[in-house]
Amino acid sequence: MFRQFAPEWEGFTPGRWSDSVNVRDFIHKNYTPYDGDESFLAGPTEATKKLWDQVMELAKQEREAGGVLDMDTKIISTITSHGPGYLDKSLEKIVGFQTDKPFKRALQPFGGIRMAQQACREYGYEVDPEVVEIFTKYRKTHNQGVFDAYTPEMRLARKSAILTGLPDAYGRGRIIGDYRRIALYGVDWLIADKEHQKATHFVRMTSENIQLREELSEQIRALGELKELGNIYGFDISKPAANAQEAVQWLYFGYLAAVKEQNGAAMSLGRTSTFLDIFIQRDLERGVLTEEQAQELIDHFIMKLRLVKFARTPEYNALFSGDPTWVTESIGGVSVEGQHMVTKNSYRYLNTLNNLGTAPEPNMTVLWSVRLPQNFKRFCAKMSIKTSSIQYENDDLMRVTHGDDYAIACCVSSMVVGKEMQFFGARANLAKCLLYAINGGVDEVMKVQVGPKYRPVTGDYLDFDDVMDKYDQMMEWLAGLYVNTLNIIHYMHDKYSYEKLQMALHDRDVKRYFATGIAGLSVVADSLSAIKYAKVKCIRDENGIVVDYEVEGDFPKYGNDDDRVDRIAVEIVKSFMDKIRKHHTYRGGVPTMSILTITSNVVYGKKTGNTPDGRKHGVPLAPGANPMHGRDTHGAVASLSSVSKIPFKHAQDGISNTFSIIPDALGKDTKIFSGDLDLDALAQEAADEQA
Amino acid sequence: MNGYIHSTESFGTVDGPGIRFVIFFQGCPMRCLYCHNPDTWAPNRGQTETAESLLHQFEKNRNFYQNGGITATGGEPMLQLPFLTKLFTEAKARGIHTCLDTSGICYQPDAPESAGALLRVTDLVMLDIKHIDDAMHRKLTGHSNQNILAFAEKISSCGVPLWIRHVIVPGWTDGADEQQALGYFIGGLKTLKCLDVLPYHDLGKPKYEALGIPYPLGDTAPVSKETAAAARAQILTGIRRRLHEKNA
Repeated sequence: MFRQFAPEWEGFTPGRWSDSVNVRDFIHKNYTPYDGDESFLAGPTEATKKLWDQVMELAKQEREAGGVLDMDTKIISTITSHGPGYLDKSLEKIVGFQTDKPFKRALQPFGGIRMAQQACREYGYEVDPEVVEIFTKYRKTHNQGVFDAYTPEMRLARKSAILTGLPDAYGRGRIIGDYRRIALYGVDWLIADKEHQKATHFVRMTSENIQLREELSEQIRALGELKELGNIYGFDISKPAANAQEAVQWLYFGYLAAVKEQNGAAMSLGRTSTFLDIFIQRDLERGVLTEEQAQELIDHFIMKLRLVKFARTPEYNALFSGDPTWVTESIGGVSVEGQHMVTKNSYRYLNTLNNLGTAPEPNMTVLWSVRLPQNFKRFCAKMSIKTSSIQYENDDLMRVTHGDDYAIACCVSSMVVGKEMQFFGARANLAKCLLYAINGGVDEVMKVQVGPKYRPVTGDYLDFDDVMDKYDQMMEWLAGLYVNTLNIIHYMHDKYSYEKLQMALHDRDVKRYFATGIAGLSVVADSLSAIKYAKVKCIRDENGIVVDYEVEGDFPKYGNDDDRVDRIAVEIVKSFMDKIRKHHTYRGGVPTMSILTITSNVVYGKKTGNTPDGRKHGVPLAPGANPMHGRDTHGAVASLSSVSKIPFKHAQDGISNTFSIIPDALGKDTKIFSGDLDLDALAQEAADEQA
Repeated sequence: MNGYIHSTESFGTVDGPGIRFVIFFQGCPMRCLYCHNPDTWAPNRGQTETAESLLHQFEKNRNFYQNGGITATGGEPMLQLPFLTKLFTEAKARGIHTCLDTSGICYQPDAPESAGALLRVTDLVMLDIKHIDDAMHRKLTGHSNQNILAFAEKISSCGVPLWIRHVIVPGWTDGADEQQALGYFIGGLKTLKCLDVLPYHDLGKPKYEALGIPYPLGDTAPVSKETAAAARAQILTGIRRRLHEKNA
């Protein structure tokens, strides 16, 4: 397709991006790396302060009202379902809310009507009976579809929580639309592009091709609605953004449309800061924007992201320790050519933590590389000490797999923006699986047969080879059940709750990751280490089920850079991943695995009985790939070294390590410890005093 | 040759420059009233380690320690002088920065060469002077400070960079006269590079309870950073006085 160089692009260096959708090419042809420090940054404007005060007041009212200020019980949330909503229209530089006013939660029943009803009921609201009737009698939901297809074994594994947190009753999320495309190309171009994709697709009507054709039509419809959303707020977003304010606004409309349509477990933003810097830089150079105004745009944008809210049930909130939206934004990183991608806008994003105060959302994630500029590293460290609100990810590791235009969905899931997506698969509890191996598939808490009836461990003491043999078989069973359960979930999600707007902001032929995950890695490693290096005695109940363990002697513990146990952890990860790889995945998804339970480890601990490492029933599993709490006794480097042995290629969906440290432990306070003493200067001072 | 080691810390950020692998030696003859590691007092206990095994732990994570090195602390590392000398000798052979955190109590002025061998493979000494007044030093630690001060001179004469550490304890080391006198003494040390003034804290209390030892300082309140900064200024005044006399 031959394209005109749009008038809105004046001043940009053309390239492949100006002929076809290619945001990465646009960024690399046009961005301005910044090596300086943070001294250029501007504080909040009066308008920002006023708006933020208003937000704080609303947040207070929301807390006082028991956690929810207002809920929509009648209007089903779609991209165009609501009229415009504002905090204060005259002050807001970036506009748009999920409903017709801030802090009002939308009704999103496509994932499951019962979840929507429960969420409302919990806060004293009732979903309109007509809506309930529609979604019970006439319109099937994702949740209903999944349960229609589940086998009895899947239901039981779900109940016992050996498979847990499955996205079968809530939106799977973890899909990042390339919202930047809207700002760069305008919606009309994107619609034309999608029409072209549809027109040039296979004509042989296999079920896959029919499915894709239908989806492309859905995507085109969603883009039309997106344009309408712009109109609702008085903007014509059919054309490219002509200035910085429009660029931020266009991009935000894309994100807003996504959260109006989907209540996903993680609705991440992507990698937008350096992209937007190009528009800001152009306006600064044209003299039509000041630094204060640039910061204000970003402050108002981030403010909106902080106000994304969903109607969720208390169980959901317990699983995720709060009400996270995972608006993850990936900042910095280095290009494949070796040039760092830090811009002034990377600083502006982090500066919102100064201007608006600290907040967990959006989840600011710095793609860390040893090659980031020193000034930026310092600024990040300073902001981390001040706010504890920055997440770090290893860009040097991920760039090898994903190049330099990937972003993080949720907390660690990496994917190339607009080209890769994932089917989120929650996780399998490997600690519980170990207990199933010992008890021949009997659940140690429910006391019923959940797994296959393999031979349980006999005898008073656990034998390492015997347990490993049984564990291997039990993991084999679990991997198969897990993948098949996820196949059902994603089939039904696509069928009943397809993310049409987010997928409209992807290429046609996306790479789909089939994300699995594990919980309880450190418990398993320590348990197997205890069995191998100490003596572990079984305590059985009256029915012969092993319900507790006595550990005699000491054993190496994961988290101390001790290869004897760290190797066990590595072996388990590799072994389970290989078992996952054996199975057919829905839509040819590429299987990956994560080790990332940042909050849900608490709930998993409640559902996992006593373990052979001496951990008691109810004690939280360690988060992610963390060592068990208090067992890493050789300091941070040793602890991190244990974690860093986990191979990324077998845990490509991410490995998380939650690290807390008091700032004082990072070095001396400069007030008391001023580094080098200059004796000559002191002598000079002394001489001056005398004189 | 084996050493008795209390424990190791892989992420030391306050015991010398950079990120350091810190080795806590077991055993100490001093009984400082404010000691926060009473579990390191008893000698000939703890885990036995070879220089090789300790350096292996360092080497495995050497990337983390690019601007750091190893620090021997304790306890009192010089109580195990032959092992310490061996450890530092091997570390130097591998190009590792060595730092000794010591009270200097084990130094014997009549046999200076035994410490000389150690100082030849030591890149930095952090010497903790508890009190400049000998009588007070005896009360505070159970020992005279004469050998300690002599060790400071020895370090200086060997040309080894020296950091002086000093803890501000209410009722013991918070007097301006004492602080200036300390400054006057250390002002005479040619290789002095840093002055690290530490406010007293009582974080060691639970260890005393666990060991069943009465806590000697009772309810003495922790010292603020501001007080420590003021003490540092007094010590610097003493240093300047000494330097001026020397130059005059």
